[in-house]
Amino acid sequence: MKASRRIDVVGWLRRYGTSLFLLALILFFALENSRFLSIRNVANILTEVSIYGIIAVGMTFVILTAGVDLAVGSLLAFAGMSGAYVMKAIGADYPLSWLVALATATAVGSLVGYLQGKAVTFFSIPPFIVTLGGLTIWRGATLILNDGSPISGFDASYRWWGTGSIAGVPVPIVLFGLIAAAGFVTQRYTRYGRYVYAVGGNPEAARLNGLDVAAIITSVYLIVGALSGLAGFLLSARLGAAEAVGGIGYELRVIASVVIGGTSLAGGRGGVGGTIIGAVLIGVLTNGLVIMHVSSYWQQVVIGLIIVAAVAFDTYAKSHRE
Amino acid sequence: MAKSGSGPMSAAILLDVRDVCKQFPGVRALDGVELQVAVQEVHALLGENGAGKSTLLKILSGALRADRGEATLDGIRLEASESPRDRQRLGLITIYQEFNLLPFMSIAENLYLGREPTRRGIIDWPALYENARALLAGLGLSVDPRREVRHLSVAHQQMVEIGRAVAQKAKLIVMDEPTAALSGREVEILHAVIRELKTRGVSFIYVTHRLDEVKRVCDSFTVLRDGRYVARGEVRGVEIRDLVRLMVGRDVEFSRRARTAEPGDTVLAVKGISRARESSGRHAIELKDLSLEVKAGEIVGFAGLVGAGRTELARIIFGADRCDDGVLYVNGLEMRPLRSPQAAIRAGMALVPEDRKQQGCFLEQSISQNMTLPSLRRIARWRIFVDAVKERQLVQHYRGALSIKMANSAVAVGTLSGGNQQKVLLARCMALHPKVLIVDEPTRGIDVGAKAEVHQLLFDMAQTGIAVIVISSEMPEVLALSDRIVVFREGCISGILDSRDATESNLMELMAISTTAVAQRMAPA
Repeated sequence: MKASRRIDVVGWLRRYGTSLFLLALILFFALENSRFLSIRNVANILTEVSIYGIIAVGMTFVILTAGVDLAVGSLLAFAGMSGAYVMKAIGADYPLSWLVALATATAVGSLVGYLQGKAVTFFSIPPFIVTLGGLTIWRGATLILNDGSPISGFDASYRWWGTGSIAGVPVPIVLFGLIAAAGFVTQRYTRYGRYVYAVGGNPEAARLNGLDVAAIITSVYLIVGALSGLAGFLLSARLGAAEAVGGIGYELRVIASVVIGGTSLAGGRGGVGGTIIGAVLIGVLTNGLVIMHVSSYWQQVVIGLIIVAAVAFDTYAKSHRE
Repeated sequence: MAKSGSGPMSAAILLDVRDVCKQFPGVRALDGVELQVAVQEVHALLGENGAGKSTLLKILSGALRADRGEATLDGIRLEASESPRDRQRLGLITIYQEFNLLPFMSIAENLYLGREPTRRGIIDWPALYENARALLAGLGLSVDPRREVRHLSVAHQQMVEIGRAVAQKAKLIVMDEPTAALSGREVEILHAVIRELKTRGVSFIYVTHRLDEVKRVCDSFTVLRDGRYVARGEVRGVEIRDLVRLMVGRDVEFSRRARTAEPGDTVLAVKGISRARESSGRHAIELKDLSLEVKAGEIVGFAGLVGAGRTELARIIFGADRCDDGVLYVNGLEMRPLRSPQAAIRAGMALVPEDRKQQGCFLEQSISQNMTLPSLRRIARWRIFVDAVKERQLVQHYRGALSIKMANSAVAVGTLSGGNQQKVLLARCMALHPKVLIVDEPTRGIDVGAKAEVHQLLFDMAQTGIAVIVISSEMPEVLALSDRIVVFREGCISGILDSRDATESNLMELMAISTTAVAQRMAPA
């Protein structure tokens, strides 16, 4: 009797624990400082979250296949820089110049993602290694591209993508919302989503059920690459410059969002819904600690502890269920 | 001597388990179970899947805690708080179906892990290898103890597990389905080792679904049903039929069925499939010029020892593995051997693979996701979105048709019993409406009642005109199901028999088990 009741608590916490923790954090910071829940600050937090949250949606697909992509931060910088570079190379001032930058950034991101996916599937190199290489390759390539200096001087229509708003909601947040919804629908309601879970849950069984496992794995790296490219464009629009140091350390925030959101690193379990909560949780925590004047050194310690605690609890809950 | 000392009346009790209860959420797994094992005996623990055997084993090994009950081993009380390590130290060692070996370490290191002979704090390697060699020789095994465990066959890995138990001075070795992955000859060797260890004073708890083995190697038995103790007794004088009745509470028999429909046209023809041996160990045997035909509505059995080429050929037919030479004809269309399972499914084939958990199921995913995966193409709207209504209809249809027992179709497949998992996999294949169905080990590790149901399903599918290939290590199964039987031996087809002419003994002759093994196998029947 007692035993079964305790398991229910564990199962319930496993399901809603992260959301509860997020609510508790928000409550705590709001009581500490009345500015925390101001519209301005909330918009600020969510815009910040949106940039890496967009990548985290793609990363959820990658981790669902039991893979990982460490190169997203570098790729964000490289794709953003490529977009700005190509746009400037064509001319100084022309209509829809932002479209050139957006298309280039997304295309570069997709291509790099595709190549990394091919390296994983065709040469059977572990994704950790491929993207660890990518982490330094694309950072280096960004520095080479413009000799280490930033590209700036964007027109208003370009900047709108980072600083403008639609019906009062900042553009990056709108995009994040759309992409998260698309990711959610894809995972829940499409054939492709089912295939991703199948490949992550049991690749051999997936193959024997007629799935093209290599193509599916390649595709998830392409998706996260494309979204990294888009995030690179948005970040440059928000900051007003494409910087070679943009997105450093993003891979950790992105992976942390997915993992805190409950997606299993072993593949096959989890989803975009949890990732959104994970991403917002990291954003709230970072912002709240800043508002409380906690030093950025300590912020890193706290975020690290929460990642470990989230996974530890998940593992505990799983063994408990057994 | 082993025989004379093995009667439960005369021998001292080694393990005495009383009134064990264990409650899981929603299920009473064990309810007042008792179990007595005498010194120097092999005790069969019997029951259908879900009868509570695994739970009881886990409680004995210390992996689970009982809610109630008590147990003594050799007069020492077993405390509920003891860990698996504590139990091992007391001499109670459990060997699970999934072995607990370190694949990249040598046999010797595995045998003495944590108890290596040392000299001044450093491992004494010569002594380690010498001890290991002596231990293995005592089990009749002549392998180099320096070899890494991952290079060993399943049977040899199992011997290493047993060797480790011996090295730990085991008094009672618990074996869960020890022969599930062994071929006939390997089973004989295992049984010989068990008999040998018995003479040295070791007792065994032997869990199996293969009741003929109970007759051959066990002295006494305990039967569980639905988490309750049902009966115990001595094996001598008990009929297999009686054991089955105790397990399922009713009479079940494999019977050869009369076929009504005549086989139709040839649906699948295989001509001259060959493949060289690969030294890497991936393809351990050479396949030589394999040819056969399967007609619509016919069940063709593949018999042979594990590794004789039956599963290997099936995987090549299904496009799961490559071959060097040969041609396939599906419905008269010539195909080079298929490049992928995807191509095979498009050509109208379906496969229920050998290893349900590793190759078949997505254990953490729902029943409906498992069942519809390869059919999603058909039930997708605009080829993209899964049509939830059609999916539910499909799942409900097969749930009824195969009488799959489940709470609802959103439950993870891993929570189902083996028999129901196998039905889900069969449903998955049926939903593809295949022309050729290949089923590898259709009833491995599932209970007797479910076996009969699976047999009936395969039979029904053949009646609807599907060409069925059944691969099985259990000869009664091959005999009961097949219209024709293809026998494999060392990568060749050693014979194709009409089932009317086939018997266990002429099959075994074609499989080339040594004549003494045949004699032993036949003896208890």
